Amino acid sequence: METSVRYSAAAANSDSAKSAAGAIVPHMKILVIEDDLEAAAYMTKAFREAGIVVDHASDGESGLFMGTENAYDVMVIDRMLPRRDGLSVISELRKRGVNAPVLILSALGQVDDRVTGLRAGGDDYLPKPYAFSELLARVEVLGRRKGAPEQDMVYRVGDLELDRLSHEVRRAGKEVLLQPREFRLLEYLMKNAGQVVTRTMLLENVWDYHFDPQTNVIDVHVSRLRSKIEKDFDRPLLKTIRGAGYMIKDEG
Amino acid sequence: MIQRARLMFRSTAVRLSALYILLFALCAAFLVFYVTAMSERLLAQQTRQSLQEEVMDVQRAYERGGVNLLLRMMERRARQPGANLYVIAGPNGEMLAGNVASVQPGVLDEQGWTGLPFSYEPYSEVERPGRHLAVGNVLRLDNGLRVMVGRDLGDPGRFRGIVRRALMVALTIMGVGALVIWFGIGRNALKRIDRMSAASQKIMAGDLSQRLPIGKSGDEFDRLSDSLNAMLGRIEKLNEGLRQVSDNIAHDLKTPLTRLRNKAADALAENREDVRRAALEGIIGESDQLIRTFNALLMISRVEAGSIAAEMSEVDLSAISADSAELYEPVAEEAGLSLSTELEPGLIVNGNRELIGQAIFNLLDNAIKYSAGGKGEPKICVKLARRDGAFRLSVCDNGPGVPADRRDDVLKRFVRLDESRSKPGTGLGLSLVEAVMELHGGSLELSDTHAGNAEAPGLTVTMVFPAPKP
Repeated sequence: METSVRYSAAAANSDSAKSAAGAIVPHMKILVIEDDLEAAAYMTKAFREAGIVVDHASDGESGLFMGTENAYDVMVIDRMLPRRDGLSVISELRKRGVNAPVLILSALGQVDDRVTGLRAGGDDYLPKPYAFSELLARVEVLGRRKGAPEQDMVYRVGDLELDRLSHEVRRAGKEVLLQPREFRLLEYLMKNAGQVVTRTMLLENVWDYHFDPQTNVIDVHVSRLRSKIEKDFDRPLLKTIRGAGYMIKDEG
Repeated sequence: MIQRARLMFRSTAVRLSALYILLFALCAAFLVFYVTAMSERLLAQQTRQSLQEEVMDVQRAYERGGVNLLLRMMERRARQPGANLYVIAGPNGEMLAGNVASVQPGVLDEQGWTGLPFSYEPYSEVERPGRHLAVGNVLRLDNGLRVMVGRDLGDPGRFRGIVRRALMVALTIMGVGALVIWFGIGRNALKRIDRMSAASQKIMAGDLSQRLPIGKSGDEFDRLSDSLNAMLGRIEKLNEGLRQVSDNIAHDLKTPLTRLRNKAADALAENREDVRRAALEGIIGESDQLIRTFNALLMISRVEAGSIAAEMSEVDLSAISADSAELYEPVAEEAGLSLSTELEPGLIVNGNRELIGQAIFNLLDNAIKYSAGGKGEPKICVKLARRDGAFRLSVCDNGPGVPADRRDDVLKRFVRLDESRSKPGTGLGLSLVEAVMELHGGSLELSDTHAGNAEAPGLTVTMVFPAPKP
């Protein structure tokens, strides 16, 4: 059922780089601070196949040095690191004025990682074990954050329009009626248009629960939303990325 | 014997009794000194008073009959047994009459009380030779004669000695008695503790079914043994559970790992690209399921460890229930079920929103999974109500239900009533819900939705939260 994650996500990445004219840098550059060399090698290879430039540091001190010296779009930092633990690397980076988004990888069996991690200055958090597709989707969303239309009041994808103030959705000028939760779902998808968002990211950002939805709950909601915005139209906008999640995008 | 005595002294009972005896002795000593000092003071006061009266008698006699009457009176009084001391001295201190041979020089110079005790020599050396101590009152007559009435201090001193000796004897008897009694108790306690240690040794050696001996008296030792036995029972049960869980883990992980291995072998042997791809996708699917299982296991152990309790805050049960129902309503509909809600608004508990949410999700997952396509009415429900000082959140279905004798089992990790494992799932859902309820100080109740219906009794799972104290 699950597809080879890396290829589909890589395709999505290069597509989005092409389509979002100018607003997005063609190559994202990230720093991975991870002491498990095998995991780091796998991650580095997979990120590179997805068109991302990766630097790797294997302990906290060298990671801190590299993070301060070079400009990265995203940093992926393991919590348990030799020579300086992950959270202290993050807070030290923040103290030195490095504002690149940080994704924290938790150690196994840790409890309040998410809360303490975000408090220390992290922007996102992923508990181990994770699927690489999940990590990639999150890193891409974090890396594009700079260009994301945070202050845009109207999101547009093709002929689909979402007005964040009046909570109105139109497709080709025709109003589409959505439930409040469907509106938030669409809003999140459109905010990250052209990027893969995973089911877990949707549950986090739309329902505010931070765990892996083990069944098809999210799929059912997405397919309801899809039927509402695509019912009377030929061109599909909301795509299912097999093995990863969803993406809203205008193919035209 | 010495070994034994040393062991005895190490026992708490003996050490405590030694401490008590010391404190008791200090109190008693204080008491002795206090009693004697008080009685001495009383005696001194009486002495002063009688001497004062006598001096006044002397003065009156002198005024009435002059020196002659005075001498006669004093001679008479001095001859009585146990008499006071009487002295008549000339203006220069030379002894003229009385029952005293000499007094400490200077005593007779001052009129009134002599204050400090002074020494004197009695006239008759027969009774008690040597120098004696006395107090007295000196009167100076108008013709220059001096008269002193005094009393020997030997008697009060002896009185004090008697009182002290009596008290000391009583004290010694009490102390020795206490010592003997406490030694008896200490020995008894020591023996019982020895028996407890022997039992613990056996338990440590691995025999968890051993229990500490309990007497009939129900005293502190019995209560201690009782609690320790309860603790051992719990440890034994946990140990048993742990063993069962590891057996289940081994079994439940072996199956998907074997499948994984077989699929990988198939993919390796496959030449057609599309079939190989499908096999690889299947491998990823199996791996994801394994990761889920591990995540769920880790989650349960985190919750059970209780360290997640740090993230407790006020959460709106009503809102979480409504959210969950809203989240699962389309899923239920897709499975051909209708989802109804009956939620009392504004029920707030102190808890972890994430965990409660996940628990409800798990229950709804189960309800949908086991109701879909069943014989019962295609309906599931979520109810939240306040009853008997508790908030009761129920998720009900009309599925095959769980027989009453299997309800404890389904809460255990990896236990699934469906032996064929035909429905997807980890077998950990209810275990997590139970762990979450334990963390919140609540409980989990399983019951039939329709008790009479043998075909599809349905299952109602109720999360019982203790209502917060106002």
